[in-house]
Amino acid sequence: MARAAGCPFDPPPKLRELQEEAPLTKVEVFGQTAWMVTRYDDQRRLIGDPRVSSDVYKPGYPAGNRILPRQDDDTGIGFILMDDPEHARMRRMVTAPFMIKRVEAMRPQVQQIVDDLIDELLAGPKPVDLVQAFALPIPSLVICQLLGVPYEDHDFFQKNSSILLRTSASIEERTKARGNIGGYLHELMGDKLENPKDDLLSGLAERVKAGELSRKDAAGIGVLLLIAGHETTANMIALGTLALLEHPDQLAKLRDTDDPKLISSAVEELLRYLTITHQGRRRAILADIEFDGQILKAGEGLIFPNDIANRDPEMFEDPDALDITRDARRHIAFGFGVHQCLGQPLARMELQVVYGTLYRRIPTLRRAVELDEIPFKHDGGVYGVYNLPVTW
Amino acid sequence: MKVIVDQDKCVASGQCVTAAMDVFDQRDEDGIVVLLTENPPESLAADVHQAAAVCPALAIVVED
Ligand code: HEM
Ligand code: SF4
Repeated sequence: MARAAGCPFDPPPKLRELQEEAPLTKVEVFGQTAWMVTRYDDQRRLIGDPRVSSDVYKPGYPAGNRILPRQDDDTGIGFILMDDPEHARMRRMVTAPFMIKRVEAMRPQVQQIVDDLIDELLAGPKPVDLVQAFALPIPSLVICQLLGVPYEDHDFFQKNSSILLRTSASIEERTKARGNIGGYLHELMGDKLENPKDDLLSGLAERVKAGELSRKDAAGIGVLLLIAGHETTANMIALGTLALLEHPDQLAKLRDTDDPKLISSAVEELLRYLTITHQGRRRAILADIEFDGQILKAGEGLIFPNDIANRDPEMFEDPDALDITRDARRHIAFGFGVHQCLGQPLARMELQVVYGTLYRRIPTLRRAVELDEIPFKHDGGVYGVYNLPVTW
Repeated sequence: MKVIVDQDKCVASGQCVTAAMDVFDQRDEDGIVVLLTENPPESLAADVHQAAAVCPALAIVVED
């Protein structure tokens, strides 16, 4: 579905139409039919139901020919596409480093990374591409440190991850990209098995030694964390900045405050307003579900476009307005149910540091090109901008 | 007000800690929810209800 011309921050108008006229309805996608769930309440009720599955190989899973073939030597992409109890077993192996207190302890380090990058921006030439010079390096540096992945390899994993997620890339290209990252982490896991350090991947290597996890699955979890850990947050930094530049009154409020409450409120509102995981959550139905008088049958697919749920007027007043002072905390930009984002405390902290620092340190920050010259990631697995030339 | 948590359902999202840090904590080994007090004071009622509403695993029940 396409966004309206000139409205790069708003969900496709077709989704709004469905939400108003047919909030739970079957649609044709990828040459199959699937239930499209567009209301906030319905999404929350259904996506957490144990009768829905995240396994792309289950009948009805709505992805059509976009599904990559199974390969024996493939590491997979971790527990994001698995169901409980296996999903819960693996997720719990890596939850500790993402808990609130551990993430808070990383805040000074992240502040340092952000400060250093802004120093470099200010000392360098302008205009500059904010994506390459700022938005991508921050989460990449942070996730590399946390996992124990050498940052020198960032070009490699950023490129392959972007291809793997891109809807306009062919199945062959995406399968190759998946193999590249999987192979890379499988090899790195070998290193962690021999020379364990104090990092997350070494923790997984311990589990491999203890026989709790195969080396392949450990590498798959590494793939998931490396991709999810940099791609999403980077897009929130760049697209969030652009959204603020287009809403100068909101930007001014954020720039003129050092109140952590308002900064954190701005992060929640931008997460809600932009909902960058624009392809929607996808699920297959495992057993019939009776839902408000309709039967959702086993073997049918479900699509949950979280972006339109986060613009549901029943839940958020004047939903299309960007208002950093509103209470947006009940948004579902991180999904809902047992797969809700594991990295959300980290993402929130990184975004609070970035939004709370960048505009104060560079108060005259502005676009260096016209809005319609900026390439939006309409074909991205995660929405954002491919580049964002800025000056000050 | 009485709060009940289900550690088996919890997926360690940390949302409850962010909403009401005087009531909820996370286990050091795996981030699973720990209840700090079963009967929080009324002054925390709004925060506790917020925690229950944002819990993605529906692992928090509040009885008024
Ligand atoms: C603003 C940034 C982010 C957004 C918008 C975001 C969004 C999401 C969403 C919507 C899901 C749910 C997928 C589903 O239900 O199928 C998810 C899952 C996940 N995210 Fe994030 N994410 C972000 C940052 C991060 C970071 C920094 C990490 C750190 C490693 C991360 C790791 C994960 C993992 C591991 C899962 C899978 C959880 C599971 O299946 O149990 N994410 N994310
Ligand atoms: S909000 Fe729910 S899932 Fe998240 S840590 Fe608390 S109890 Fe667990």
